[in-house]
Amino acid sequence: MTAVELAGITKRFPGVVANHDIHLTVRKGTVHALVGENGAGKSTLMKILYGMQKPDEGTIAIDGEQVSFHSPADAIARGIGMVHQHFMLADNLTVLENVVLGSEKLYGIGAKARRKIKEISDRYGLGVRPDVLVEELGVAARQRVEILKVLYRGARTLILDEPTAVLVPQEVDALFDNLRELKSEGLSVIFISHKLGEVLSVADDITVIRRGTTVGTAVPAETTPRQLAEMMVGSELPTPETAESTVTDRPVVAVDKLRLAAPGGKALLDDVTFTIHAGEVLGIAGVEGNGQTELVDALIGLRHADSGTIRLADEEITGWTTRKRREQGVGYIPEDRHRHGLLLEAPLWENRILGHVTEKPNAKGVWLDPKAAQEDTRRIVETYDVRTPGIDVTAASLSGGNQQKLIVGREMSHKPRFLIAAHPTRGVDVGAQAAIWDHIREARREGLAVLLISADLDELIGLSDTLRVIYDGRLVADADPATITPEELGSAMTGAASGHLEHEETPTDGPGTEDEAR
Amino acid sequence: MKKFDKERVLLAVAGPVIALAVAFVLSAIVLIASGKNPVEPFALMFEQAGFSDIQVLIVNQASMYYIAALAVAIGFRMNLFNIGVDGQYQLAAMIAAIVGAHANLPAFLQIPLLLLTAVLTGAFWSGIAGVLKVTRGVSEVVATIMLNAIATSVIGYLWLPDVFGVKIGNNNTTGEMHESGWIPGIDMGAAGEIYGLVILAVLLGIGYWVVLNRTRFGFDLRASGASESAAAASGVDPKRMVLTAMLISGGLAGLAGLPILLGDTHTYSLNFPTGIGFLGIGIALLGRNSPVGIAFAALLWAWLDKASPELDFHGYDKEIAVIMQGLIVLSVVVSYEAVREWGLRRQQRRVGAELAAGHVLGADNNTTKEVAGR
Repeated sequence: MTAVELAGITKRFPGVVANHDIHLTVRKGTVHALVGENGAGKSTLMKILYGMQKPDEGTIAIDGEQVSFHSPADAIARGIGMVHQHFMLADNLTVLENVVLGSEKLYGIGAKARRKIKEISDRYGLGVRPDVLVEELGVAARQRVEILKVLYRGARTLILDEPTAVLVPQEVDALFDNLRELKSEGLSVIFISHKLGEVLSVADDITVIRRGTTVGTAVPAETTPRQLAEMMVGSELPTPETAESTVTDRPVVAVDKLRLAAPGGKALLDDVTFTIHAGEVLGIAGVEGNGQTELVDALIGLRHADSGTIRLADEEITGWTTRKRREQGVGYIPEDRHRHGLLLEAPLWENRILGHVTEKPNAKGVWLDPKAAQEDTRRIVETYDVRTPGIDVTAASLSGGNQQKLIVGREMSHKPRFLIAAHPTRGVDVGAQAAIWDHIREARREGLAVLLISADLDELIGLSDTLRVIYDGRLVADADPATITPEELGSAMTGAASGHLEHEETPTDGPGTEDEAR
Repeated sequence: MKKFDKERVLLAVAGPVIALAVAFVLSAIVLIASGKNPVEPFALMFEQAGFSDIQVLIVNQASMYYIAALAVAIGFRMNLFNIGVDGQYQLAAMIAAIVGAHANLPAFLQIPLLLLTAVLTGAFWSGIAGVLKVTRGVSEVVATIMLNAIATSVIGYLWLPDVFGVKIGNNNTTGEMHESGWIPGIDMGAAGEIYGLVILAVLLGIGYWVVLNRTRFGFDLRASGASESAAAASGVDPKRMVLTAMLISGGLAGLAGLPILLGDTHTYSLNFPTGIGFLGIGIALLGRNSPVGIAFAALLWAWLDKASPELDFHGYDKEIAVIMQGLIVLSVVVSYEAVREWGLRRQQRRVGAELAAGHVLGADNNTTKEVAGR
């Protein structure tokens, strides 16, 4: 009754052991959760199971039969299917075309394929319509197409890599219903996640992986999120909650009726108005792609608003260049640190200069001051606990969490008045996450105005003093983070609710109890 | 972290060394394939490098290659491909020659005037491509290639006798420049003279390094080349940077023809060397855009040029040197990319290993924390 059994899997990259003596047994007809921090080795393990990498030691058995995969094609032939975190669909093709692409030999590309898709969709309750263009589908529907694609190719074991990262709570529930359908049909699901509340609600078995090895298994019914998280991290856990309010009545940033239109004329941001006071964290919740990126770009000066104003303290900065804004105290933790925050192939100390090349200690007049910049990089590395053997290594050689700590340290070193933090803990491990939260709290205590954009609703609720919901380029709702729940926030994020969101009774299930341990 | 420094030097040298070795082997194969001795031509060319008159020729030629390659390299450092150095230096040399033939100031004014004329002409010509790129989004590659063709036509027009041309026999010239604009050479006795402007090439190399590595502007330029998006987020105005870099590149390119113009020919004629701009691309590539690397590459190129004519006297075709230049460029592109990726991966692993072993900078309290890869 074992669908997949991994035994003693070890994978070494020179100098680093990515996986060490991993054991994982997935029973048929169950959802098996694989949990662990970022960088714990989950991805490597799944790449091994999916045939993308070969293990140095250990064995893989499918349905009790030992196998050796040389490529994903071998894995697919054995009934292993992978649903990647980032969807691999062609927007300008229909669902049918996307599904048959590359597997035309199975059921052709016509009526037979359409029948098969309908059949799979009905059997597992996926609700996929074969003739819709993918570009017309929302994120959740695309994900179901990805799942169907894998099933169409005959998968009996599905690997889902962080499937809930892109979904709002309601969509997560729908996905879990689909997963239950799958397992009732005898299929197995390997569910990779670090959202422990979700894991506990959907999984039949849990395997915890830490620093490249399996540290234990858990039965969901007998485990709390906190216990699971401590197993995952191996120590006491941080929570994103902030202490008493530090909000003052001194406005630092005031955005008024900001509007930004795409070249075609469609408004990417419309009538965006908010004020952030000294010592206040304003959280922006929203499904990705609803204008968050454009809002950040407009605030840092990468795009200029079509109308509306931005004020920093007493000055209007709408027309300022990015450099002037940064010099005048706008700190920026970008959403995509590789594209906007770092020069990956440059040494750490040059990355410390990036964004602040005109400021001390990096420059004296028009000249760079490499000595002082290097000295200050050492200070940042130590103060912000950036784990690196030196400041001459390239930024690319650091892990995501350490890159992020360097960025946070750099931005905080220039005493910003206003900090833009876009997904500050995305893709960083729990340790770094706690450190970054601490720095944001610290910044708030020191009277900074912080704009926090995050897809992690617990982080938003825990850190923010004020919450706004962005939907289709507009701030459609606001909420009090002290009482709101992620579910309530979620319905506003889909545009279903607007105005002031009131928490409805039973505040026992407040924030920070169920999902705080992430 | 001396270790990483040493590694960087090793990686910097590994690329060119591998490329040259591969190019030599491939050239030898070409020689064998054509039924020739694969070793003797190289022996002959190495022998040439020992003669002092050839050495002077090499240095003189290299000075022009060097300036042209710097012009290309400054574009490369910010991901701009100024393929128009060829047109820029030729037009600049011609305009300088014309000004030198018609203006007659004292030498201490005349020479700066000529240098300035060349810089401005080159910058003007590349600036057209720069403006087109930032205002209309025209690729600088396409624009500069077309401007090369236009430059050739403009030069042909300026050579007309009723414009600025002076016919000497069958040769088109711009007339002889006034002597106040001549730059005396460095006398090497029987071996000949080294152009005075070789010193300018050296100064430009030093200036290039200082500007790129020690100024805010240089940092912005390098950041733009490394990651346009990160540079923009750091406060660099991308359009302004493109235009500035194009102007500097063109200005430098304008100087590339001057060592021979002011040091030897004193007129812009049909015999004026062409193609230096294109060779500069290969030289900048081989020299990895570094001022020292480009110097070696320029000398290598000049050696291949100046030592190869001897081959004709020994029954070999001197074109083997051209084949070799082509092979070097090809191997350089391949080997640099391979070495770069290998080095990056290697460093990532080593950093992982160092951290796993607890070598964390300045953190004695939690050195026990280990690191798992992904």
